[in-house]
Amino acid sequence: MQDKAYFDIAREGLWTNNAGLVQLLGLCPLLAVSATVVNALGLGLATLLTLVASNLTVSLIRNWVRPEIRIPVFVLIIASFVTAVELVMNAFFHQLYLILGIFIPLIVTNCTILGRAEAFASRTTPGRAAADGLAMGLGFMGVLVALGALREVLGQGTLLADAHLMLGDWGRQLTVEIIPHYQGFLLAMLPPGAFIGLGLLLALKNVIDRRLEDRRRAVTAAPHRARETRGGATA
Amino acid sequence: MRFNVFTPPHLRPPASVSAMMREVLLALVPGIAAAAGFFGIGVLVNILVATVVAVGAEVVMLRLRARPVSVFINDYSAVVTGVLLGIALPPLAPWWLPALGSAFAIVFGKHLYGGLGYNPFNPAMVGYVVLLISFPREMTLWLPPAGVGDGPVGAGEALTRIFTGSLPPGTELDAVSMATPLDTIKTQLGMARTLGEIQAGPLFGAIAGRGWQWINMLFLLGGAWLIYRRVIDWRIPAGVLGALAAMALVFWAADPDLRPGPVFHLFSGAAMLGAFFIATDPVSAATTPRGRLVYAAGIGVLVYVIRTWGGYPDGVAFAVLLMNMAAPLIDTYTKPRVFGQ
Repeated sequence: MQDKAYFDIAREGLWTNNAGLVQLLGLCPLLAVSATVVNALGLGLATLLTLVASNLTVSLIRNWVRPEIRIPVFVLIIASFVTAVELVMNAFFHQLYLILGIFIPLIVTNCTILGRAEAFASRTTPGRAAADGLAMGLGFMGVLVALGALREVLGQGTLLADAHLMLGDWGRQLTVEIIPHYQGFLLAMLPPGAFIGLGLLLALKNVIDRRLEDRRRAVTAAPHRARETRGGATA
Repeated sequence: MRFNVFTPPHLRPPASVSAMMREVLLALVPGIAAAAGFFGIGVLVNILVATVVAVGAEVVMLRLRARPVSVFINDYSAVVTGVLLGIALPPLAPWWLPALGSAFAIVFGKHLYGGLGYNPFNPAMVGYVVLLISFPREMTLWLPPAGVGDGPVGAGEALTRIFTGSLPPGTELDAVSMATPLDTIKTQLGMARTLGEIQAGPLFGAIAGRGWQWINMLFLLGGAWLIYRRVIDWRIPAGVLGALAAMALVFWAADPDLRPGPVFHLFSGAAMLGAFFIATDPVSAATTPRGRLVYAAGIGVLVYVIRTWGGYPDGVAFAVLLMNMAAPLIDTYTKPRVFGQ
């Protein structure tokens, strides 16, 4: 594990071991605050910051923490960073802070963060741990934003509505009305929409993976292609 | 002398899926005719749109899943889903409402779970509930039945509203629409009126809401025919209606000024349609004999609870979905003992 390449770390965090789509960790915030892109981005960034900082810290102190008490120590570290992030958001993005509400302090309980601290950061160098936090955080944020975009377009026909909450006044012009005069599809904004949307994203990832796998196999098995039949097509 | 030797099995083979579904459709006809008579052409348009979209979605999904289209499309199950959803929708619903509900029912309610036989929920009710929580305004827009006030809007006005989204100039949506009897009771009880005062209104007939009582009676008739033809098990409608009536009787006896009696509940809203045609879906209902009674009684109790204390005027769809969820558990605990063990 010590010499895991940075490229592998990035690929795992962003795709093959994605926190949201593969490990299915941190589903509570993923499902709860992904109604719009801005909410998703806000929580995604907060999680990303926490993840990088906690991974780095855990890795730095990994040789001085006794294994018996490592979990409480990790939780304390994570909680400190989440408190810092929460205070920063309260100060600079107060509206967004009010919208995200309880889900900011709940980042402490996001399994992704403790999971990465325990499974990866506590066993590797600070550089790799921080890189892993960045990759995992970006992967998680990517899923959040994708789900947020899906739900926002279906639910209210816009993208990046209320972007000024995060970016200041110039963010207002970022709002894109994808479907003009849209009446809204409330289901997408409600919890069922989050579950169905996540299910669709999972299915999409599996389809993409299967296509990639098929292509890879087709390349390596090129000489035998004549004998190959496509499984499932006859069912 | 010739002996005719028949090989076993000697019992008549059970009806095929398509034969059952055709009988269900036939049994729905009187109730649909009554609904169309009381609420106008919109009822038929809803059913038509929902059915066409359901069959279309079925074909697309079967293609995507690489299943033989002709085999599954001829079982009429998609048609039944579309028709049941169409009946349940308000008669002035814009055309995209049945279309969307029907597509959702078939794609998400049925095929994503593996198609007919694998869906844990009644697809038509999945589509209905999606519409109900997503478009509360459109879904509560009912018309007065024929014989009450001006009756439902004419065919031309209804078609204009359904396909263009607006009524012809001079008619207001608020003016032509009217709450259903169940809805009226719920809102007016909230305004501290007694049941006697409410039921003296023009919406109410001899035993339940005007129009609605006849529609329910004709669905009862169609359902009775299905039981006679052994397409459905008598236990499910008996359980639903029995539990609904029992709940209504208890609370009506305790407070006849605030709680409508059992007869009113049995012949209001979607009670008969739900008991005979929706709760009896062979895929999503419980399958053991005792389990069916438990499942059905659960639906009846939930319908009463939702109608009386819930946020919606009628609760058949929610009740059926909730009990669909419980059906596998009920089956586990009511499995009949194997003979000799």
